[in-house]
Amino acid sequence: MAISNQSQYTKADFESANDIRWCPGCGDYAILSAVQGVVPALGIPKEKFVFISGIGCSSRFPHYMSCYGFHTIHGRALTVATGVKSINPDLSVWVITGDGDGLSIGGNHLIHAIRRNQDFKILLFNNRIYGLTKGQYSPTSELGKKTKSTPYGSIDNPINPASVAIASGATFVARTVDKNVKHMMEVLKKAAAHKGTAFIEIYQNCLVFNDNAFEGFTKKDVKDDHSVYIEHGKPLIFGKNHDKAIKLNGFHPEVINAANGNIKETLVHNEHADDRGLAYVLGQMGVENEGLPVAFGVLRQIEQPTYQERLFEQEKLAKEKSLSGGLPQQTLEQILNAGDTWMVK
Amino acid sequence: MTLTEEKKEKKIETLEEATIRFAGDSGDGMQLTGGQFTNATAIVGNDLSTLPDFPAEIRAPAGSLAGVSAFQIHFSSKEIHTPGDILDVLVAMNPAALKTSLKDLKPGGMLIVNTDAFTETNLKKAGYEENPLEAEINQKYQVFPIEISRLTQLALEDMNLPGKVVDRSKNLFALGLMYWLYTRPMDTTIDWLKKKFSKDPVILEANLKVLKAGYHYGETTETFISNYEIKHAKLLPGKYRNITGNEATVLGLVAAHELTGLTMFLGSYPITPASDILHELSKYKNLGIRTFQAEDEIAAIGAAIGASFAGGLGVTTTSGPGICLKSEFTGLAIKTELPLIICDIQRGGPSTGLPTKTEQGDLLQVMFGRTSESPIPILAAATPGDCFETMIEAVRIAVKYMTPVFFMSDGYLANGSEPWRIPQINTLPKIEVKFRKEADGFYPYLRNPDTLARPWALPGTPGLEHVITGVETEQITGKICYDPQNHDAMIKIRAKRIAQIENDIPDIKTIFGESKGDLLILGWGSTLGSINAACEQLLKQGYKVANAHLRYLNPFPKNLGEFLKNYKKILIPEINLGQLRLLIRAKYLIDAQGFNIVGGQPLKVNGIVEAATKLLKA
Ligand code: SF4
Repeated sequence: MAISNQSQYTKADFESANDIRWCPGCGDYAILSAVQGVVPALGIPKEKFVFISGIGCSSRFPHYMSCYGFHTIHGRALTVATGVKSINPDLSVWVITGDGDGLSIGGNHLIHAIRRNQDFKILLFNNRIYGLTKGQYSPTSELGKKTKSTPYGSIDNPINPASVAIASGATFVARTVDKNVKHMMEVLKKAAAHKGTAFIEIYQNCLVFNDNAFEGFTKKDVKDDHSVYIEHGKPLIFGKNHDKAIKLNGFHPEVINAANGNIKETLVHNEHADDRGLAYVLGQMGVENEGLPVAFGVLRQIEQPTYQERLFEQEKLAKEKSLSGGLPQQTLEQILNAGDTWMVK
Repeated sequence: MTLTEEKKEKKIETLEEATIRFAGDSGDGMQLTGGQFTNATAIVGNDLSTLPDFPAEIRAPAGSLAGVSAFQIHFSSKEIHTPGDILDVLVAMNPAALKTSLKDLKPGGMLIVNTDAFTETNLKKAGYEENPLEAEINQKYQVFPIEISRLTQLALEDMNLPGKVVDRSKNLFALGLMYWLYTRPMDTTIDWLKKKFSKDPVILEANLKVLKAGYHYGETTETFISNYEIKHAKLLPGKYRNITGNEATVLGLVAAHELTGLTMFLGSYPITPASDILHELSKYKNLGIRTFQAEDEIAAIGAAIGASFAGGLGVTTTSGPGICLKSEFTGLAIKTELPLIICDIQRGGPSTGLPTKTEQGDLLQVMFGRTSESPIPILAAATPGDCFETMIEAVRIAVKYMTPVFFMSDGYLANGSEPWRIPQINTLPKIEVKFRKEADGFYPYLRNPDTLARPWALPGTPGLEHVITGVETEQITGKICYDPQNHDAMIKIRAKRIAQIENDIPDIKTIFGESKGDLLILGWGSTLGSINAACEQLLKQGYKVANAHLRYLNPFPKNLGEFLKNYKKILIPEINLGQLRLLIRAKYLIDAQGFNIVGGQPLKVNGIVEAATKLLKA
């Protein structure tokens, strides 16, 4: 990717003239603003950004950026992004999806894009509800959730986006929340710098159909006790008074009292661990196992060849082999005339 | 040549044509045997047409009726059109093969059977109460009972090979015998075996021995009184190769990659009978062709659309069930007006249907199988070799008019083969591609007044940043727009921009027969061969008939309506229940009649002749 040293852009350069049609107060605004705040400074020419989305409230996103965009069909943005990057690897491709779009109808593509380490960002706006279709439960809605389509409560176990990503072999997995714009921007910057699939789950409040779903992590008096902000090489300490820590008991994370000098036992985050185990344990906290704080930040970041690197390496080798005569057919003429042929006079 | 030697030499009879079928168990290598016979026949210079017919199951129970695999070839010193309605020779490697194929053998035809396979168990599996070879079958056909398995064993007696290896080579005995019977050279097969087993000299030697044993068996035993020769056909001068429809489709794609200068991107998901296109095209990474085996049919087309958005040439290949899954994305490509090639290699349906058998059942699906008004050009290849030219034409239309295009083939074309005159590179059309570069006056939906195509503006081009979407958009600006008048206008523009392609495609013409007459036989796709042959026969019988064939199913050639009026009656044979007929009747208010047999097989020439005669006399 062509990266120039200094950026001439400002946030305004990435704002589109289109009217924004999200509900006033929707968490999507904060995400849009964070992205528009981060991309100008990445040193990438504006015309090289492509925002690709599926269907849902979040998927209107490309219309509100002044970049190239493709607002595709429900659940399938990742497939389109795959084709775009396979033709032009020089583009900076950002996929915008939601919990319904990315995990329900598009769940299959999410797994496969991630396992291939496709070189694009995936921003999954998780509001735990279907907004655009007016309030049905989503794959991340909690068990027992009452919605229009579940008047007696949902009987489906919810899915944890981070777990799916890690299990699929994601090379970058992070979690952030709409109300913490500063943190979101930091995470986005790290995602932008990552080579390969960067998967970011963003807790996003849908104030119309699922208001306060993430209150526990955003409300002033409780958020510090319910969330732990993780950083590479740093111990996992949290709580209003920084008096709580996470320790691992075998595979199980436990909350310990950090005020009592238990610091030595505190788990230290290593986002670059080859093994997926730690990221998986951290990603589950507070989502799949209760009584623990939810981890925000980069759960995992490792280096691995991207799909595009492998694709072009293979193509290069095939071309070299062909030029050195190692492959039987090189030109169209030779290919058409290959195999057993005969002349008719 | 001395007199005695002459006596020993068998008489060689010259024939004009022959139709033979190798039939056996799935594990008997019948497709391979047929393929080898085809290559040798092609090299001799005969015109030919083949029909491979194999079960969907990879390993159906041995000896069962469901497990029969067959390969039919019709070859001639004259131009021919079909793999043949009836057989002159049937090689049956087991009772099940005999049971399924005997009905197609002409009375008095040659029946060569491997008697060793006619065991009690095999007979039972095939549903025979008693051995048919001992019944009156001998009065109806010339039966040649040969202990093919035992003779194969004898040929390899001194090699001490495992029984399995020996048994597996018995098809080469049959092949050698047929080479002798039809005086084909064995060289192509010998070369092929040498290449294939270059690292396994023992197996090579064994295979060569068995092949030759079969040949010499025909030559030296008293079983056959004579053998046959079919002189080379007078085809158009040029260089030829034998080609299947799927091979020609791949070559068409490779040519399009070169002719357009675009990077071809194939997104595909394995499905019978289209998978070979993915396999073959994957070999051309050295040309910069990119192939992607996606996680499903939807991802396959999605990636192809993404590729086209970024300035590649998106292609996706599938069969009917895959088309169902791709229909939403096809609509997106129509709405966003991106070039795309969607290949439908049709197979028997509905649902899973008959994966390895042929059908023309998808015409209405590709024509109408989407939401709302979503017009799309449709082209269909008529013969295996024609897949090449039809593909290039599909690509030309896709990039010139910025539209997805359906390329239609079917199971019969895909696997069937014919001699193909290799085109000269300089006769292939140049396909001009223009990307929008200038930012001044750019609007995503500002159309070229001649083609009504919108500009192809690639991500990465400064100043042309824009968003495309499946949501309805305003004319010219491409901004989301829910206005009723705009929607009505956009719907009509989309219809018009596809309909006007009729000005850029050739008129339909008669193939056989006069430009006016009592009956026109109109077809599309793989029925061309059968229809041509039927029309020739009817003309010989003195009827005023003609035939014509549609490559362009949407839009139809401009003159089609007028053209149809030149004939008193119209017959449309199809391997469906009348899908083209429905379109023709609807568009031209003409009382076209159908001939429709949907058996998973190409249409029989005789069937068409009968239907035509009946209609002519009605
Ligand atoms: S419905 Fe919910 S998610 Fe959608 S725009 Fe409104 S607040 Fe946002």
